[in-house]
Amino acid sequence: MLGLGSDLLWADMNRLLRLLFHEGVLDEQFLQLQQLQDETSPNFVSQVINMYFHESEKLLNNLRSLLIQAHDDDFADYNKMAIHLNQFIGSSSSIGAKRLTSLCLAFRAATHHTNRPGCLRALEMLEHEYCYLKNKLHELFHIEQQRALVAAARYPLHDNNQ
Amino acid sequence: MMVCEKESECIEDMEVEILPSMWPEDIGSEVGKQFNIEKPGRDQDMLEDVTIIEEPTIADFKRLMELTNFTEKGSSQLAYLMKHWEYKQANAVRLLREELDNLSKQRQDVELRKMEILEEHRFEEERYGGDKRPVSILEDVYDIWQDVPRRKNKVVVQNKRIEIDAAEYDTVKYWKQRALHSEKLLEASIQREQILQEKLQERINNIERQSSPVEELSQILKRADNFLHFILQNAPVVIGHQDKELRYRFIYNHFPSLQEEDIIGKTDVEIFTGSGVKESQEFKREVLEKGLPAKREITFETELFGSKTFLIYVEPVFSKAGETIGINYMGMDVTDQVRKRERMAKIREEIAVQKAKETELNKTIHITEETMRAKQMLATMSHEIRSPLSGVVSMAEVLSTTRLDGEQRQLLDVMLSSGDLVLQLINDILDLSKVESGVMKLEATKFRPREVVKHVLQTAAASLQKILTLEGHVSDDVPIEVIGDVLRIRQILTNLISNAIKFTHEGKVGINLYVVSEPSFAKHSSVSGTQANEDRYLSTPQSSSDRNLLDGQRHDHPPSQNHAFHGECRSPVKSECSANGDTEEHHHSTETTVWIRCDVYDTGIGIPENAISTLFKRYMQVGADHARKYGGTGLGLAICKQLVELMGGHLTVSSKEHHGSTFTFILPYKVSIIEENSDDTDELSDMENDEGACDDTTESFFQFQPRTLGSLFTSNGSCRTQKLLTHKIGYTSSNTSECSFSFPSHDIISKGTCSVQDSSLVVDAPEISESSASSSGQSRETNIENVVSRDKYCQDKGIADSSRHMAAASEMDMATKSSELQQKFMVQGNVTSIFASELTKSTSKPKILLVEDSKINVMVTQSMMKQLGHSIDVVNNGAEAVRAVHNCSYDLVLMDVCMPIMNGLQATKLIRSFEETRNWDAARKALMELNLPELDYECSGPSKKRIPIVAMTANALSESAEECFANGMDSFVSKPVTFQKLKECLEQYLS
Repeated sequence: MLGLGSDLLWADMNRLLRLLFHEGVLDEQFLQLQQLQDETSPNFVSQVINMYFHESEKLLNNLRSLLIQAHDDDFADYNKMAIHLNQFIGSSSSIGAKRLTSLCLAFRAATHHTNRPGCLRALEMLEHEYCYLKNKLHELFHIEQQRALVAAARYPLHDNNQ
Repeated sequence: MMVCEKESECIEDMEVEILPSMWPEDIGSEVGKQFNIEKPGRDQDMLEDVTIIEEPTIADFKRLMELTNFTEKGSSQLAYLMKHWEYKQANAVRLLREELDNLSKQRQDVELRKMEILEEHRFEEERYGGDKRPVSILEDVYDIWQDVPRRKNKVVVQNKRIEIDAAEYDTVKYWKQRALHSEKLLEASIQREQILQEKLQERINNIERQSSPVEELSQILKRADNFLHFILQNAPVVIGHQDKELRYRFIYNHFPSLQEEDIIGKTDVEIFTGSGVKESQEFKREVLEKGLPAKREITFETELFGSKTFLIYVEPVFSKAGETIGINYMGMDVTDQVRKRERMAKIREEIAVQKAKETELNKTIHITEETMRAKQMLATMSHEIRSPLSGVVSMAEVLSTTRLDGEQRQLLDVMLSSGDLVLQLINDILDLSKVESGVMKLEATKFRPREVVKHVLQTAAASLQKILTLEGHVSDDVPIEVIGDVLRIRQILTNLISNAIKFTHEGKVGINLYVVSEPSFAKHSSVSGTQANEDRYLSTPQSSSDRNLLDGQRHDHPPSQNHAFHGECRSPVKSECSANGDTEEHHHSTETTVWIRCDVYDTGIGIPENAISTLFKRYMQVGADHARKYGGTGLGLAICKQLVELMGGHLTVSSKEHHGSTFTFILPYKVSIIEENSDDTDELSDMENDEGACDDTTESFFQFQPRTLGSLFTSNGSCRTQKLLTHKIGYTSSNTSECSFSFPSHDIISKGTCSVQDSSLVVDAPEISESSASSSGQSRETNIENVVSRDKYCQDKGIADSSRHMAAASEMDMATKSSELQQKFMVQGNVTSIFASELTKSTSKPKILLVEDSKINVMVTQSMMKQLGHSIDVVNNGAEAVRAVHNCSYDLVLMDVCMPIMNGLQATKLIRSFEETRNWDAARKALMELNLPELDYECSGPSKKRIPIVAMTANALSESAEECFANGMDSFVSKPVTFQKLKECLEQYLS
């Protein structure tokens, strides 16, 4: 392991990030988020992301129940959905979850047209994307944690020189 | 009479014994009666009632004579008959002789008696004469008649003795009487003799009359014949006799169709023609040669009587010397039976087949069910495994964050990577079972094939660890945008590419994309020969004639809905042409299908021919060696194939061992023309982006050389440099390809997406010149690459530079200062803090209010502000914002638009109304309506100026911006909030 461990983990992390960028899952906003992390708030990104996940799950649940309601009484509170989606768009774009953001936009457009099948599809994709993002980010954090640990354990002083 | 009776009985017995042998018979007479016939006397009538047609019998009588003379049976038969007749005659003679003896004896008896009587009488006369006493007959005393004793028996019985009364013995009268009586007796005896003699004569005559043996025999034979005729008259039986040369000598056929002369003396073959005749002839000959009787069923197909099956019994006929001299044969028409039997056999066979099928089917059903169950179970299991496994993995991850020594960490690493592998495998399995169970749904989204190819290659290049050239070639005729499930297609491509890379150690890996005509998939299995041809043909410039040709070609293989297709055939072509030329022409085209062929080729190790068949099977790899050497689960290609087939396409492979493989899949895509005309460009209202896209769309060749690899070995830290470089590539690509992540099935949606990009770009880099941006990511890329490669020896600098250029890529013409700032941001940690302090110095302490309901946004913005050296107040909705503004004066308000309770627009309106009217009435009223606590009446220090309120919205539609301005907002920031945006805001409103 030694110093290389940290280096390898760095590489892993970058590779993962690169993949996410390539896939359009994340955008540069995520980098901004990373920049916000400093010694005073070492877990800033993961904190924000966890918060994001927490909130998103609620939003997704709400959206799903609203859509299911729409099926039941043929009346859907599309405005409410749009509000939820606005929130979702806001938070997603804030963390740089690009694909989620665009999905939300699509979803919102569908709500504007009260296009239920479109909504359902969008929701499904949204959930899928959300899970994907969550998994990947967890992976990322996990690597980062490892890296931080390795770095801290072995070369606390040289960490920043890397 | 008694004798007569006896005699006839005797005859009857004889008949019974003899008759069996009257018919030619191999078996001795001891077996029993086989041929019973009624006595001629009694029921003669029966046969008389029956008309017997005698024609059928055609016999060669000469031959019969011969037969009887020469065959043992015949002669024995005759001898027997003779013997019988002789016996009968002897018997009759014996009887007659007996009778005669009897009679002559009686006669002797009688004569003897007569002599006695005469002697007696003589003696008496002598005595009488001695007396000399004449007796007058007329004397009363001598009246003889009176005193004669009565005769007791009038019938003279031969043995009866006349009783003589001793008392009257001496008298003359008595003797007279006696003499008279004797005379009478004599007379009677003579008479009887005469009668007997007559009778004897009569008898003899009788015997003479009935004793002709031929007559008798022929009568018997005739009767037998009659019976046989009677029995056989309706039987479908042919009876015949053939001689040594198999010429017919006798035939009985109830349904004769030939004349006597046509048959007798001829063989089967001479009589009939057709199948079966020869066979029967052969059979007969065989019997003749073997000398053993045999049976056989022969089907005849002759002109004479059509198709018939006969059961033929043939037995040889032997001469006295034991030689075969002919055959007897008997045939019975069993056509119906055979037919029935055949039908039965057929039915039985069918039933058997049916049963076999049934069992097979049952088995199949069973297997299918089992398989389904197994699959279901696999899917369920996989799903079930995934949850606890992710638990294990994440726990391991947590564990890895704790303090561990090197060994523990190593173990943990192995554990984690194994866990990841298993997770990947399970995901693959789930994917597969999804496809198989039909759960997987395909999305129809618009995408640009060129971009997909490019991104896939980029991604592959990014993680490439070999010296390989990746290239992609997209033919010109591939539509710019097509509709399909881009995620799945990308998955397939990525899978194939990574596969290709995995098995290629040097050379190239690439993708070819071109349009093909509607394929008949059988043709495509051997397409490699025509491939080049097709390729060349299709990639020629789209002159109208070529187009027409293509048209025609399509016409040749019309798709299932050919009529509709035919009708629409022209429109895509036309509009494509117009898209090439000028975009003013619009066409009402709905959709049309285009088949695009994609080759993923490599120069790798190739696939041995025997492995190709199993290549697409699950968990199959070329060999155990490969599995060990290259890893992998063997699910990838199976998934690819399933996905391709799910989308209605076809995946094939051609490979040459040690030279490389080509995986080819052909997929149908819908092409929508609307997207290509100017209609859309208007909507996009983003010329720069569009041009960028255009650049992307027309691009047809991508190449990724293994350029940074040299440095990988020379520089210690260049590993990361390379990463950053590739990272950057990804970045630029995502920048230029942003449009592709739209959902073109809904126009509005794509609009929305684009305008997000749009607005963000506007805010990001307002000074950006369209021309510079439109000079494509490619040039930028190369620039940065140069920089990177130049700087790559110096690790730190490299990072800084590349990150700077990364920033530059997004903010082309930013001031150097901001770019520098950006750079410092990119370099994490202590540098940023220095920067923050710098920034703090340059600004005073303005009061900033953030109105935002989303915690994440609050956190991000707050953190950004903190780094920019500002602390901010945060409220969560419009009402609170109004209250906050009421309580305290702010230099800047960052206002989210969409919020619960009171949205940003409303709040802004209220704040503006206060600023105008200097009172909070409107705000109070609004808060009252919302049942919120009142504002305090204590007034804050009157604001000197209008508070700048900057809207922050995720709703990036242009209307929304206008709405913001209409409600009194000063500026508009689309989410996400970035450093850049914040900085600009601060600069604009706080300086």
